[in-house]
Amino acid sequence: MSDSLDQLEARSIYILREAYARINPMAMLWSIGKDSTAMLWLVKKAFFGRVPFPLVLLDTGMEMDEVYDFRDKLVKDWDLPVINHMCPPEEEMDQTLPPATRAAMRKTEGLKTLLKKEKYKGIICGIRRDEQGLRAKERVFSPRSLDGSWDFKDQPAEFWDQYKTDVPDDCHVRIHPILHWTEIDIWRYCERENIPLCDLYFAKDGKRYRSLGEKNLTLPVESKADTIEKIIAELQETNISERSGRTMDKETEDSFEKLRQSGYM
Amino acid sequence: MKQANKSTNQQLGVVIVGHVDHGKSTLIGRLLHDTDSLPEGKLEEIKSVCDKRGSDFEWSFVLDAFQAERDQAVTIDTTQIFFSTELRNYVIIDAPGHREFLKNMISGASQADAAILVVDATEGVQEQTRRHAYMLHLLGLKQVAVVINKMDKVGYDPEQFEKAARESVDYLKSIGLTPAHIIPISAREGDMMVARGENMDWYKGKTMAEALDAFAVANPPVARPLRFPVQDVYRFDEKRILVGRIETGILRKGDTLFFSPTNEKATVISIENWPESGSIVEAHAGQSIGITLDEKIFVERGHVGSHAQNLPMLSNVFRANIFWLSGKPLKIGNSYTARFGTLETKVTVQSIDNLVDTQDLKKQKQASGVGKNAVAEVTLRAREMLPVDAYHDNFKMGRVVLYEDHDVAGGGLISMEGYPDQRQSSSPKSKNIYKVSHSVTPDMRAERAGHYGGVFWFTGLSGSGKSTLAIAVEKEIFERGMSVYVLDGDNIRYGLNADLGFSPEDRTENIRRVGEVAALQANAGIIVLSAFISPYQTDRDRARAAIPQSFHEIHIKADLATCEARDPKGLYKKARGGEIKEFTGIDSPYEAPTNPDLVIDTQANDIDTCVKQIVDYIEASVKTSSTQNNTNKEGRVVAL
Repeated sequence: MSDSLDQLEARSIYILREAYARINPMAMLWSIGKDSTAMLWLVKKAFFGRVPFPLVLLDTGMEMDEVYDFRDKLVKDWDLPVINHMCPPEEEMDQTLPPATRAAMRKTEGLKTLLKKEKYKGIICGIRRDEQGLRAKERVFSPRSLDGSWDFKDQPAEFWDQYKTDVPDDCHVRIHPILHWTEIDIWRYCERENIPLCDLYFAKDGKRYRSLGEKNLTLPVESKADTIEKIIAELQETNISERSGRTMDKETEDSFEKLRQSGYM
Repeated sequence: MKQANKSTNQQLGVVIVGHVDHGKSTLIGRLLHDTDSLPEGKLEEIKSVCDKRGSDFEWSFVLDAFQAERDQAVTIDTTQIFFSTELRNYVIIDAPGHREFLKNMISGASQADAAILVVDATEGVQEQTRRHAYMLHLLGLKQVAVVINKMDKVGYDPEQFEKAARESVDYLKSIGLTPAHIIPISAREGDMMVARGENMDWYKGKTMAEALDAFAVANPPVARPLRFPVQDVYRFDEKRILVGRIETGILRKGDTLFFSPTNEKATVISIENWPESGSIVEAHAGQSIGITLDEKIFVERGHVGSHAQNLPMLSNVFRANIFWLSGKPLKIGNSYTARFGTLETKVTVQSIDNLVDTQDLKKQKQASGVGKNAVAEVTLRAREMLPVDAYHDNFKMGRVVLYEDHDVAGGGLISMEGYPDQRQSSSPKSKNIYKVSHSVTPDMRAERAGHYGGVFWFTGLSGSGKSTLAIAVEKEIFERGMSVYVLDGDNIRYGLNADLGFSPEDRTENIRRVGEVAALQANAGIIVLSAFISPYQTDRDRARAAIPQSFHEIHIKADLATCEARDPKGLYKKARGGEIKEFTGIDSPYEAPTNPDLVIDTQANDIDTCVKQIVDYIEASVKTSSTQNNTNKEGRVVAL
């Protein structure tokens, strides 16, 4: 096994199976973007074509139309066990937050209401270390208190593939099976495995989306890449960060940190 | 960020370790900048943040993304960042240098293939330099380069470099690590990082980037014996699929697998795959796979599949070289949840054999506890037999992680030194054995003899007085008209056990046979006195299991110094001189009984007193019902 994608895949499958063996009940967040769709493919690999836990879409009603269309098609084609969970409205968020952060907070609050309702002990989440400095510090199994908050100053030790799978009553654990992948790894994997993706990633009229978020929070980037091959070529040359089109990350120096601490993905 | 673009090359993980403030995060920030790996605008962003704070430009802000870290100017948690050189892709793992955050350092370092140890040229080797280096050694990392940082602060003076380099190498050598390179650098100014710079023409070795490229990526351990720890068993459709990751070796379709600890075997019919299936005939170390078997044997998570010619050991006791992370000290008698691969079980700390000071490497025997961030050699015992590999034999399997309550408390490398392999002795080799049911009962025998039989098992160090006391007690009991017999090295070693030596395995087999013979004799109505060192609790427990109602463990107690001073057969002298290997108490462990039925202190009491204590105890134990009061002990079945 010399290919690095095989190694990344083997590790993700190990993590998914470990979570499935030890944590119950559990759900996976599916944002319908490339990362969580690649992760969904890994789930099907790990469980031989099955998806043995619910896929949750934290829906703000603000996703782009193409995203909803793609979701509906894949749910039908793959017969996916999906829970579409509506997030609380923006008016209920802390009005002192900057606007983009406030909008992003809706997902955090949506996750909280979901956890309360379904009593999940584990939430599988497709974040990657290379996306953002704070996510780089994450553990593969990351414990959260009841309100979802992340105690980043006192994370559990994690070594030799032994994870924090023993979760106290009023807590849950976030499981990050693709934490070790990079953006370009995801693209190479999607290309190799022929994983279906939302059209918005591919350039149309000189623009494409590099990262998919809500209508009000996400901007396209200049690009001519209309195939995966071209996207990979483009990524090899760019020095612009993946989340540059995501406005909530940079309203203030620590806006993303505040979001994550309070339970954002 | 410019992305790593070597699609087929493997990625190398490098952890940056060293004392707090020796410049680890700065080094990484500079490395990323000099390899053109920083995202556009990152430099400007940091510049403006530093301006706002009224501070100089801080390279370390690249990684220290946390607000709290910026405020305190100290790295709290480990982080990972990706970049590439012309040669290959890297993931750089930053590890915090502060002592409090050792668990984060270990979390980072355990994922690395190689390490860079950063030493400040102005301060030299400090407490965390040593501790981190020791942890690298304990985590099994062999590829290390030392960088002597802040050369700009010492005027790029080669003598200062030499001094710090020598200090570093001396310590590393003392723990068995040889640095591949020792490089003078200035992370702040960029000298000898990626470019050589103009300040250190006197240095002819590799730059740090060249040193990184010179490290090797570890290949998956395919050449080692197969270990396939079962992670889960899926029952989808009609199929029963065993899933797991091959830790070492190669598994092929058609292989017969033996599963430990059950010793069940079955043949691999298929290696499952999705979306394609049916085409895979072989899988290697590192792959997460699923297999189906030809027989519905009992297999569950934690069992380990191997090939017959090379099975893991079975043992319920092992040593571990551990690091302790919990705020609550590890103590003798405490129980923890232990995880070995996918297996989880309870273990109890039997002894703390050595507490290791990572600063001067001194070992302290008989420590009462292991505190937070300390390192120690401990002996752990489980209730049941576990499949174990020593780290020395299998670096993937030979590791244990200990949990207390819900959290990781420590981890360590397994050593089986001085402990026997119990693979063969735990169950009868021949399955065609049935216990013969005797029509003459023990009561009938006791009625005729006037006493019951029993096994009185003397255990203690060589020279503690076992044989002397056994012979004296035998004489006394015999004179009181009872049937009594001593089993000792003289009548067992030369006959029944003439085929056995003194290796841990042979010692175990020796004691197993003595235990069985003693039980047979006791069943025949004889009072058996056995006088063997029998150093392992497991072996004595097994002897007890052969006749649980009538087994009496007697600890003949004297400390090592006393026994060595007595040295009746001159054996200690030979052991100290290296003539005898694996001598109990010297280079092989003695496990004192954890719950003896009687303790005889031969240091505090003379022979006559000791003999009387034992004879009184035996008499009370073997009384028949006509004279018996409640002194007879309840039979207890002891789990191994």
